[in-house]
Amino acid sequence: MCAATSPVAGRDGLAVLDAEEIRRALTRIAHEILERTHGGDGVILLGIPTRGVPLARRLAARIGEFERLEVPRGSLDVTMHRDDLRLRPARALGRTELPAAGVDGKTVVLVDDVLYSGRTVRAALDALNDLGRPRSVQLAVLVDRGHRELPIRADYVGKNLPTSQREVVHVLLAEVDGQDAVLIGDDGRQP
Amino acid sequence: MKRHLISAADLSRADALLILDTAEELAHLADRPIKKLPTLRGRTVVNLFYEDSTRTRISFEAAAKRLSADVINFSAKGSSVAKGESLKDTALTLEAMGADAVVIRHSASGAAHRLAGWVQGSVLNAGDGTHEHPTQALLDAFTIRRRLASRSRGMSAGSSAPGARGAGLDGIRVTIVGDVLHSRVARSNVLLLSTLGAEVTLAAPPTLLPLAVGSWPCAVSYDLDGELPKSDVVMLLRVQQERMTAAYFPSVREYSRRYGLDAARMARLPEHAIVMHPGPMNRGVEIAAEVADSERSTIVEQVANGVTTRMAVLYLLLSGTEFPEVAQ
Repeated sequence: MCAATSPVAGRDGLAVLDAEEIRRALTRIAHEILERTHGGDGVILLGIPTRGVPLARRLAARIGEFERLEVPRGSLDVTMHRDDLRLRPARALGRTELPAAGVDGKTVVLVDDVLYSGRTVRAALDALNDLGRPRSVQLAVLVDRGHRELPIRADYVGKNLPTSQREVVHVLLAEVDGQDAVLIGDDGRQP
Repeated sequence: MKRHLISAADLSRADALLILDTAEELAHLADRPIKKLPTLRGRTVVNLFYEDSTRTRISFEAAAKRLSADVINFSAKGSSVAKGESLKDTALTLEAMGADAVVIRHSASGAAHRLAGWVQGSVLNAGDGTHEHPTQALLDAFTIRRRLASRSRGMSAGSSAPGARGAGLDGIRVTIVGDVLHSRVARSNVLLLSTLGAEVTLAAPPTLLPLAVGSWPCAVSYDLDGELPKSDVVMLLRVQQERMTAAYFPSVREYSRRYGLDAARMARLPEHAIVMHPGPMNRGVEIAAEVADSERSTIVEQVANGVTTRMAVLYLLLSGTEFPEVAQ
């Protein structure tokens, strides 16, 4: 989420994934989730706003297609649990919506677009802690760009993308941005 | 957003909508097993109350605690104020103790504004004399939006979800009835609701309207019965006997007959209209008991929404930095 939310600078960046590749990556992740959770029993997909939410929806649709299984899904806003709140102006909140059955005893798969420092995922784990006690928590991301600042690792990765910290990764999704693409660009700052 | 919340006039439409949208998300917190967020951990909020208050003080306290802030309550009774300490000296004491926010209720209009010049932290006006009470206006706007947003002009018919995000109150007709002269709630509401696009009408006896009402962004009427059929919201104000230094109307009974909302008057309202009151109410004066307890009354809902709205304000004023460039 860190580097992917500001749509301003990077629309003209270099495309590293196009719509077809995103589709294939999600299809693979959906199969992997089914495989790793032995058929998807007790799985809940929780998207982290903004772009994790449509990704979770797409994964749920894929899983429904493959196994005729309705996977509960929702969204988990982590803003109030972030550790950098005091470093930036106050930001608007996203929505937290859980399936009616809650998360207790379930296998929660957190879904986000970009895994970078790992701080968003840490905040998500804290937020989840206040909502119940899942049996286990896994992480699915479309892009892992490296540069972790915390001991966090994704269970399902769409694409590993080696980047420099001066680069910016933008994930565009049709539901939010009108098209599917993953772009990489320079952030415009002087080195 | 500015650093302080002194007047509803300080809020632009975008600021007000940001607060309402934030409150909308925070409202879901009430349904969760753990109703607490770590956001303001380590921050100190001082409730500085020079005037009696039940719901505003408790509401601010609950809001700050749900955001994990440390809360210090100060009431003038039993403090050094009783020994003659001035507001400025009290402010400096709080400053020395490191208050990140001061919530002030004071009987003098402008007290919050003065305080803002003396302390480093944010100042939140929780009612200053007959001037303003901006968080009350915000919670009223939030309540109206949750109940009536689907009726607001410019909303598409499909999006009738409660309190749809980003929606204003465009075209919603609000009638504020009663003691406008002594009411900080009325002033804040007129300013905020008109910023959000509502059409506000004040209905009151001429003696209970302020002199400068002509310059307010609202209409004025002396005829409550004529306004009722056109209103989406009726907001009743308490007759503030304690602030009245002269005879503003012949008798309480006559006031109640002409401007009190009883069942017969409520029947003149459109089907969807709601009845609001900022509390505390005088049953039988400005509002009849059967109206206060009816389905249309949002009085209890307003209290619940007060906590959520104040959480949103505290979060937006306290959590971020003012100087984004410092972060880099």
